[in-house]
Amino acid sequence: MSNHAKSTKTSSKNMTVKLKVWRQKDAKTEGKFENYSLDGVSASMSFLEMMDLLNEDLTKKGIAPVEFQSDCREGICGTCSCFINGQAHGPERGAATCQVYMRKFAEGETIVIEPWRAAAFPIIRDLVIDRSPFDRIIAAGGYTGAKTGPHADANSILVPKPDADKAMDAAACIGCGACVAACPNSSASLFTSAKITHLAMLPQGHPLRERRVLRMVEQMDKEGFGHCTNIGECQSACPKEIKIDFIAQMRREYLAAVVNQRPESKSGGSG
Amino acid sequence: MKTNFASSTLGRKFVMAITGLLLVGFLVAHLSGNFLLYQKEGSLFNAYAQKLASFGVLLYAAEVGLVAFFGFHAYNGIRLAFLKQRAKPVKYAVTQSKAGNSKWGLASNNMMVTGSVLLVFIVLHVIHFKYGRGLAEGYAVQVNNEEARDLHRLVVEEFKKPLITVLYTAVMVMLGFHLRHGIWSAFQTLGLTKENNSNKIYFVGGVLGVFLGFGFLTIPLYIYFFV
Repeated sequence: MSNHAKSTKTSSKNMTVKLKVWRQKDAKTEGKFENYSLDGVSASMSFLEMMDLLNEDLTKKGIAPVEFQSDCREGICGTCSCFINGQAHGPERGAATCQVYMRKFAEGETIVIEPWRAAAFPIIRDLVIDRSPFDRIIAAGGYTGAKTGPHADANSILVPKPDADKAMDAAACIGCGACVAACPNSSASLFTSAKITHLAMLPQGHPLRERRVLRMVEQMDKEGFGHCTNIGECQSACPKEIKIDFIAQMRREYLAAVVNQRPESKSGGSG
Repeated sequence: MKTNFASSTLGRKFVMAITGLLLVGFLVAHLSGNFLLYQKEGSLFNAYAQKLASFGVLLYAAEVGLVAFFGFHAYNGIRLAFLKQRAKPVKYAVTQSKAGNSKWGLASNNMMVTGSVLLVFIVLHVIHFKYGRGLAEGYAVQVNNEEARDLHRLVVEEFKKPLITVLYTAVMVMLGFHLRHGIWSAFQTLGLTKENNSNKIYFVGGVLGVFLGFGFLTIPLYIYFFV
């Protein structure tokens, strides 16, 4: 994208990079940066392949490999989470760490690699963080009420195209946590608002609409995420380019839910 | 489910936004009044001050309201600053913006700094002028054949002091930065932005913020150099 000019710096020839990597044994131990020099890095390697190469190198030297998170390595699972040179997922916009290629970096460049930093995301080891607070926010209300029995015809509920598009845009969130990582306040507003907007735009989400926003916002606060100060760095960091317009929608939904609030039934549904 | 609206992060931000916008409204009125200082003789400014003072109880009510808005705004701002500290206790070694649509910048990243300066400034400013020299010290002038406080003389005397002028100018630059992010942020917090108006509100909020900051800072400079 914006750094294409930079990509010409490195040809197919292998390069050397200097890595400054955060090493931390576990949540309780204090961590620190370690410096490594890595040769034989190809410009066409993904960032995570470079990390694999580093770990092979470290293993040969008898040093414990750097723990990092990854799974699909094609930008759809939201597992990778490196804070690279001061940016969540590194220099590429609209991409996860696994979609960043080493051609983005210059020969001999020092690359600083840190874990996501947020009180709500404790470090498990090195670059691995615990994102289970996101699971608990979803569990608090990120679901729809579903009818039991034979499943309905696929198109029995009509959804206006603009609403369906907006729901799709919001549903693109892969829950990687880059929004929290990039936010100076470690706010989870972009993540939470994407889930709330996604379900609020669809008829299937309507019965639980108000309860959902109240519960999810409450859980978000409970997990220790910060408040949103509308800096919008999250939307630039988001690999799925989710917009902060959804955060504005979350606030509208929240205000409406607070105003309309009804006492919740204690006896439970009849099923 | 019982919702603690007031103590939720969203609720606190609603308070910030509403009190912030009310204070912006006050600033518009304040600056409009201050523009009367461009009249060198000061008769218009003194007449305006006298008119305001003549509202009596109504003026007190407005002042109590202002202090309340300001107090809520500052109190919530401080509470949220502590929350920020709790939510991100360990800072990154390196941070840089990914640019794009981000509003990351001097204004947005320093709301607490500019806000704290404004908090201290406003207390001093009220002591400086509202409770500054008045009739008792002989700062009297005839307005509509009545004796009134010569506030214009006090303002001119004070802004002839280089230190005061420099300080006021510096703080007004901070006000401009605070409002550049603050006005847009209030609209976004209240959920008044949508896909089609978000950029416009960001632009207009910035223009209004910079206009207010710049408008206020021209007055001490005008008095220092030209009155």
